[in-house]
Amino acid sequence: MELYELTVHELQEKLQRKEITSLDITESYLKRIEEKEPEVEAFITKPEKREDDSTSIPIGIKDNICTRDIKTTCASRMLETFIPPYNATVIEKLSKEGIKVFGKLNMDEFAMGGSTEYSYFKKTKNPWNLSKVPGGSSGGSAAAVAADMVPWALGSDTGGSIRQPASFCGVVGLKPTYGLVSRYGLVAFASSLDQIGPITKDVTDCAILLNAIAGYDEMDSTSAKREKIDYTKAIDKNINGMKIGIPKEYLGDGINEEVKQAILNVAKKYEKMGAKVEECELSIAEYSLATYYIIACAEASSNLGRFDGIRYGYRSENFTNLKELYKNSRSEGFGEEVKRRIILGTYVLSSGYYDAYYKKAQKVRTLVKKQFEKLFEKYDILLTPTAPTTAFGIGEKSNNPLEMYLADLCTVSINIAGLPAMSIPCGIDSNELPIGAQLIGKGFNEETILKAGYALEQELKFRQNYKPQFKK
Amino acid sequence: MKVSKEEIMHIASLADLTLKENEIEKYIINLQEILNFANIVNRAPIDDIDESVTGIEEKNVFRKDEIKEFDNKQGLLQNAKEVQNGMFKIPKVIN
Repeated sequence: MELYELTVHELQEKLQRKEITSLDITESYLKRIEEKEPEVEAFITKPEKREDDSTSIPIGIKDNICTRDIKTTCASRMLETFIPPYNATVIEKLSKEGIKVFGKLNMDEFAMGGSTEYSYFKKTKNPWNLSKVPGGSSGGSAAAVAADMVPWALGSDTGGSIRQPASFCGVVGLKPTYGLVSRYGLVAFASSLDQIGPITKDVTDCAILLNAIAGYDEMDSTSAKREKIDYTKAIDKNINGMKIGIPKEYLGDGINEEVKQAILNVAKKYEKMGAKVEECELSIAEYSLATYYIIACAEASSNLGRFDGIRYGYRSENFTNLKELYKNSRSEGFGEEVKRRIILGTYVLSSGYYDAYYKKAQKVRTLVKKQFEKLFEKYDILLTPTAPTTAFGIGEKSNNPLEMYLADLCTVSINIAGLPAMSIPCGIDSNELPIGAQLIGKGFNEETILKAGYALEQELKFRQNYKPQFKK
Repeated sequence: MKVSKEEIMHIASLADLTLKENEIEKYIINLQEILNFANIVNRAPIDDIDESVTGIEEKNVFRKDEIKEFDNKQGLLQNAKEVQNGMFKIPKVIN
């Protein structure tokens, strides 16, 4: 067995027993990248060979997380040459744990998309089937982990951007509770929804990585002051008596039949393990997707106002005055989807439409929060599909924005409510593409979803049974 | 929901974007389609419901307005297209 096939906790055991060095790990992954990157195309900046200390573990980083002296492009022409003068807090935290940046990974431009097709640089392929998308926006991160080109990775999730690609690529992806992980140094898309989180080969690695990145940061005023939790302690199989709700709205219209059956199978497994599973209602689900796109685009239109071609980023050569410099730099630097969302966001915030869209969406947000609160009085976790379908074909939805938005159907309400949720592989469909189950928890209760995820992982043994085939 | 050409031009201008003729047509269609879909929020039962701006607890966070030295000024300036005397340079604004 090659080192690149192991999980991080397996690598750590080998390092501790001094069977291998960190350099062995790096070399194994570099070899794998040389072999698989030409067909998967997950990296924007490939890692370099290094000769340093013997205990560090490499990690792939989504290219919207600032890495000092390493290009951070957001997969945009706008930031094609941007070199951050500082590290994001998560990068500093990882470094303290001996986890080192190992390449920067592809994504949809500014994290806006669900397929990684909106990257300015390249289209990443799904390692299970190279004619399919890896999902998005953290598609490079999920594909690199699935293809064993990095042992684990960081992604970011605004409306499903960690969970949906994790689902499409058959790996584990966790969006932490809003405020658990510092956003300092994450290029902002929608500040009230964005969270950084782990994409890993298994649930144990997910807990280890969450340990490393969670915690209060004075540089992010929305980060939460809470007692430090050791998430690896949550890793045990005992879920006896756990109460699990399945919102029926996420098993109805628009959900593929094979995906639905896989989730019902997960429910059966949980019952077998001693959990109490029942159907519940989340009527607000109907309004969530529209609410999400109104809020996310509104915030994006404001956040992306900073790109003006002056202090950093793309600058147009065509201008005669300052206003023209701004306008032409932005128009030439941003891609089609980013401009579409800026326009939508500006529209819903503009005079005359603010009350009709933005204000209403903020009210629906309250409803979404309340309805989840009520469900969590009764249930420990909720179970849904992560995405309505398995990975779709490259080019299948890229010309139909609304179709693409529908891929976020099951994930967006979690960001609106600020809750934690994890996608875990739970089977494959008839085309041999992975299906993801989403486990949703109470705010700051990542432990329960990790516990439930681990129990399911041990029961299904997905990683032992299925592997990406790089089908052409 | 109908969006006019004037409206989309106005919105683009507010967002500091210049749209090409073919982009205008495309974005009008996209925007109409997305707004029609987004209209569903107008059917949500939100009478007497307050607005929320975040998912978790909503509180103001205050801090002292203190100046801290940033350790990598060179790193900051290296990303600018035009720099003069250690400062960002912009085209002339006042004639």
